[in-house]
Amino acid sequence: MTTSAPPELTHLQVLEAESIHIIREVAAEFEHPGMLFSGGKDSIVMLRLAEKAFWPARIPFPVAHVDTGHNFPEVLDYRDRRVAELGIKLIVGSVQESVDAGKLVDETGPRMSRNRLQTPVLLETIASAKFDAVFGGGRRDEEKARAKERVYSFRDDFGQWDPKNQRPELWDLYNSRHRVGEHFRVFPLSNWTELDIWQYIAQDGIEIPSIYFAHQREVFERDGMLMAANDYATRYPTETLSMQTVRYRTVGDMTCTAAVSSEAATVEQVIAEISASRITERGSSRADDKTSEAAMEDRKREGYF
Amino acid sequence: MEMLRFATVGSVDDGKSTLIGRLLYDSKSIMQDQLESIEATSEARGEEYVNLALLTDGLRAEREQGITIDVAYRYFSTPRRKFIIADTPGHVQYTRNMVTGASTADLALILIDARQGVVEQSRRHAFISSLLGIPHLVVCVNKMDLVDYAEERFDEVCADFSVFAERLDTREITYIPISALVGDNVVDHSDAMPWYDGPTLLEHLETVEIDPEDNTAARFPVQYVIRPMRNEYHDYRGYAGRVAGGVLRVGDTVTVLPSGKQSVIEGIDTYDGPLEVAAAPMSVTVRLSDDVDVSRGNMLVSTSDAPEVSQDFEAWVCWMAERSELTPGARYSIKQTTHSARAVVRSVIAKLEINTLAEDIDAESLALNEIGRVLIRTTEPLFFDTYRTNRHTGSFILVDESTNGTVGAGMILGALNPESDYAV
Repeated sequence: MTTSAPPELTHLQVLEAESIHIIREVAAEFEHPGMLFSGGKDSIVMLRLAEKAFWPARIPFPVAHVDTGHNFPEVLDYRDRRVAELGIKLIVGSVQESVDAGKLVDETGPRMSRNRLQTPVLLETIASAKFDAVFGGGRRDEEKARAKERVYSFRDDFGQWDPKNQRPELWDLYNSRHRVGEHFRVFPLSNWTELDIWQYIAQDGIEIPSIYFAHQREVFERDGMLMAANDYATRYPTETLSMQTVRYRTVGDMTCTAAVSSEAATVEQVIAEISASRITERGSSRADDKTSEAAMEDRKREGYF
Repeated sequence: MEMLRFATVGSVDDGKSTLIGRLLYDSKSIMQDQLESIEATSEARGEEYVNLALLTDGLRAEREQGITIDVAYRYFSTPRRKFIIADTPGHVQYTRNMVTGASTADLALILIDARQGVVEQSRRHAFISSLLGIPHLVVCVNKMDLVDYAEERFDEVCADFSVFAERLDTREITYIPISALVGDNVVDHSDAMPWYDGPTLLEHLETVEIDPEDNTAARFPVQYVIRPMRNEYHDYRGYAGRVAGGVLRVGDTVTVLPSGKQSVIEGIDTYDGPLEVAAAPMSVTVRLSDDVDVSRGNMLVSTSDAPEVSQDFEAWVCWMAERSELTPGARYSIKQTTHSARAVVRSVIAKLEINTLAEDIDAESLALNEIGRVLIRTTEPLFFDTYRTNRHTGSFILVDESTNGTVGAGMILGALNPESDYAV
């Protein structure tokens, strides 16, 4: 018998252990859990943690993605490859189909975005898959409304978050009780920061979509941000396209996610870049948060992630 | 890198959110866009200083009212440590949110307004921190700039607090005179208080000892049974969970509760490879050498140092329901580690008067935000340690089965003998 001492844990190991504990609790206590997986870096790490949580068994729940129809093709490719590799089921909720069926109406003009249209499609996807718990890759360091949210975030039968009346959440004892029609959004990455995510990607050698690294792309400038040339939103006459070296710090829709000027071509260079950055990832790349000071809170109340 | 979780507590208007803002600002953890956003808001409101509280008061209602309603979590790191801050509300009506934020903390940072001195809410939060088993308490006497940085005033407040603190369980208390508004002794040493030669707040946070959880007996609550159902791992059966105390080693004899069967740890598995040893708070999968019956809610424990196994116990309960009181005879769902059962309140032994720490033994119920000693009986035996010994196996929550709300936070004081103790 060995008498070796227990290892000193790094902050990444402590965060990993906490996330795996949360994922296993949900799998054990809910009937129909599901995990949102977009192919973005946070959901990639979350999915890897789920893989770790149940190894050597497969992940015991499906993944879901709300496809706005405006996603980056590189990211969708990555999504499909990863799902095939894990042998799990992917459920796609399509904004395009809802628009085509006349259930939703697109915004028009240079500021068009499908950001708000995601919410009804997400809620429909949750209802049709009968999800009673949905994992999301949200982190509390991202945004001030997210900083307030519980790990188990209760949603009523309209999918709404009530920020002024959240259930107490003590220790690591999560209360999963709910009525039919209600569900939880569960955030296993609550305590991770952007830097933790990147350090973990480096440590585990996790593959991520190419758009997170410096590449040449046709972009135009809007509100001080670099938006990708795309076929969906028209441009103002003054917005001219130019080829630049950029990378993405967050990955959402092409219409609301901006690129940043960057030469960082490897995970290590990305880590060095964000360690030195004086701007938050959402501040540098998310047009959707800039509409008002409480934009995120308002969207979450309506059922957004 | 090591990680320290701390909670800021104390009365409303003592400057908690401002202190966190200052800590983030002076440690260069606030980003340019965040700062510009709060500068613009402060300016639009005609405020004299940049209102650093706006960094953590993230909800619309909080910004409108200028108060903190719910816990906000903030993150920052220095070259020495990564920090998770729970900024908790000071209002009495939001005490349950304060308890949420403080329940996982290694350290509580209590703010006291140097002008007001120790007020009821300071005592209340210091007591709750002690009850929650937080080993380290830092008393920041804030707003020193408003008392002319007077050493005498600092000493008075400290003396006052330490009289109260003698009755707390807190292992270590540190006093620091600060001004969160202007930054004295938060990150940088203050020129205005040459009489203070202790550490700044950040220096203290970077060096305070983080208590290991492996000096207790081995506890492994089973969360999930892993049966791969694939050819490669046909006969694999592993018990997934998070070590809740002590150390598990391959070759150790363990007892399975509640069956009492013994077995030997054959392997400790993780996705990243097998381990010889696992300690709290690691998430691992344990294989046993015998084919014993183990399921979620069971616990693998040290055979030589087993926990209490009982249906009857006494606990401190912090009551959190707005619409109902905890009363004898009431039934709840109880969750302790990974074990869920039903519970009935046998009696309320005493309610705590927070201000004096006196016990009211005539009390028969607990209302919102009240704390008391309660006798509880569960439908099946729980396996637990006292909360003082182990925060993971000694804690539980009570859930109202009609509203599904989390209504009580419990900390176990000890098992009871049902025959003799129910004479109470």
